[in-house]
Amino acid sequence: MKKAILFLLAVCLLLNAGSLSVFAAPKKTVLNVYNWGEYIDQSILDLFEEEYPDISVNYTTYDSNEAMYSKIVSGAASYDIVIPSDYMISKLIAEDMLAELNFDNIPNFANVGDAYKSREHDPENKYSVPYFWGTVVIIYNTKYVAPEDAAAQSIDLLWNEKYAGKILMFDNPRDAFGLALTKLGYSMNSENEKEWQEAAKLLSEQKPLVQAYVMDAIFDKMEAEEAWIAPYYAGDALVIQESNPDVDYYMPVEGTNFFFDSMCVLKTSENKEAAETFINFMCRPDIAAMNAEYVGYATPVTPAMDLLDPEITENKIVYPDEDYLLQNTEVFANLSNKTLMLQSTLWTSLKIESSENGESTLPVNGVDLFCIAVVVLGVGSGIYFGIRSKRRKKLWTS
Amino acid sequence: MNKLNARMRRVMTAPFAVWMAIFVVVPIALVLYYAFTDANGSFTASNITSIWEYRGTYLISIELALTATVICLLLAYPLAYSISKMKARRQQTMVLLVMLPMWMNFLIRTYAWMTILEDTGLINTLVKFLLSLVGYEFEGFSMINTNGAIILGMVYNFLPYMILPIYTVLTKIDKNVIEAARDLGANGFQIFTKVLLPQSIPGIISGITMVFVPAVSTFVISKLLGGGMTYLIGDIIENYFLGNTGEVNYNVGAALSLVLMVLILISMGIMNHFDEDDETNGGRVI
Repeated sequence: MKKAILFLLAVCLLLNAGSLSVFAAPKKTVLNVYNWGEYIDQSILDLFEEEYPDISVNYTTYDSNEAMYSKIVSGAASYDIVIPSDYMISKLIAEDMLAELNFDNIPNFANVGDAYKSREHDPENKYSVPYFWGTVVIIYNTKYVAPEDAAAQSIDLLWNEKYAGKILMFDNPRDAFGLALTKLGYSMNSENEKEWQEAAKLLSEQKPLVQAYVMDAIFDKMEAEEAWIAPYYAGDALVIQESNPDVDYYMPVEGTNFFFDSMCVLKTSENKEAAETFINFMCRPDIAAMNAEYVGYATPVTPAMDLLDPEITENKIVYPDEDYLLQNTEVFANLSNKTLMLQSTLWTSLKIESSENGESTLPVNGVDLFCIAVVVLGVGSGIYFGIRSKRRKKLWTS
Repeated sequence: MNKLNARMRRVMTAPFAVWMAIFVVVPIALVLYYAFTDANGSFTASNITSIWEYRGTYLISIELALTATVICLLLAYPLAYSISKMKARRQQTMVLLVMLPMWMNFLIRTYAWMTILEDTGLINTLVKFLLSLVGYEFEGFSMINTNGAIILGMVYNFLPYMILPIYTVLTKIDKNVIEAARDLGANGFQIFTKVLLPQSIPGIISGITMVFVPAVSTFVISKLLGGGMTYLIGDIIENYFLGNTGEVNYNVGAALSLVLMVLILISMGIMNHFDEDDETNGGRVI
């Protein structure tokens, strides 16, 4: 008996040892990276996995900060690294969802330019490492937009009735309201209800001129000349211009949004060290340069700029002067809950508005009447058929 | 023997019952819970009452979905009828062709329509080119980003769900019945209204349900083909759950879905009354 147990133990030990060293490959750490769509040179992930064979990257994407937020809040999936924008980072910090980074594991952080460290969204720079930064620009097609209209370099171009039906607009309230508030001369971070109402009015005035509210579909529509004017992010403007040389862009004189997307590690991450390794890798000048060349946004890794095509780094729109950035741009701050609710209500009513006044074949004022009629009809016919079928059954059984 | 059968049946249905409990009953219970509570979890009816402001959106969604359903029915019935009249071999091929588009991803099919309908899209480029051959300058149709484009997207995507049930019912109709009707002096129109139509109602009803329900709650089609200009009820529900507009509110979102569910249930209840006499045919889907 004893022997048998000993034998069994020995077998177990052997199997165990085997599974550790001989039979199974070393267990890989799976690093879940959650990033914006079309926002990385995918071959960098392969390079990373080659260099760190015990880490495998599971890369998924989202198309708005809000979508990312609700996904991580719902706990539907667990992520290690997220790359949200400035206002979302300050929101995540405020809600205690980000882990403090151990910068000893990120020596390449020294490569990041001082202008991009410790900005408004992460004042002590404890939680985030900048990934890309950029500005919102107005993109237009020189073939269709008259030079004198574009020469003003103003946000007003988006409200120009001459181009009705050829204007695209952000399908994202923060950016759309940001433009409207700037046009009115207010702060994008306004907490004043009256100013938001005015901006909403401005947007609903613009609505008849707008072809579509889109986000990433902007690429296709601008490249195919389906639309002529659109506000979008500077890096993407460059990508669009590459496939359609008639496209040009400018920074509006009224000022514009200056945004950061930074790499953060979630508090729930179980692979914090691997995550920091990844962040460090992304800050290596050659990798950052490779990524910037592909994505087209401005890299905060200063030594990487020397590796890039000087034509890009000398482009004043992709890499504006720091003075300009300080004077003419505004970084989104986290809005109060009250203002967020207001934004949500105003945006929804902007979208609903059209469905009531737009192409509906129903008379607008009769909406309530119609509702009542439908309910009465429904209940009435339900009762009618109910009675009828009962009566019929009686006939059959009697 | 009978006893064994009953036990077998219970064993066989157990997995399905568990599945239904986990993925149908529990989610509906969750929707109910969220719809009648506020952010702190205490009872409230304000979510339901706040929905009144979205009545216009409900109407638009129902209007578009109904239009799409009617168009689907008008297209599907003659097609299903002519398929059911073909030789067996031919029928198989035709049914396969009807299902073929469904092998492709729904999103890709809808994206394709985007490039077909755009101002610089396939149709407009072609028409412009043809008219320019005869020396006529044409401005092009504006099709994309309209309610019409949304309806088209719905019809295209959901048409097979209308064709298949109607086709199934029509193939089951006994040919002798039609011959008998003809013997008794019915003309073509009478045969259709008195024989074919009444017998195919179960198929029509399940077709209507299978088209109307997904159409009324869609949000992808309105976003892609409607250009985000018109919010359907599905868009608003999506916004409340994903917080695209800056506000995450499961409670109002759940209330919106609950009302939609109740509306669908009512309309299906009404429709099932039309179907009452045909229970023996086993055509009832829901």
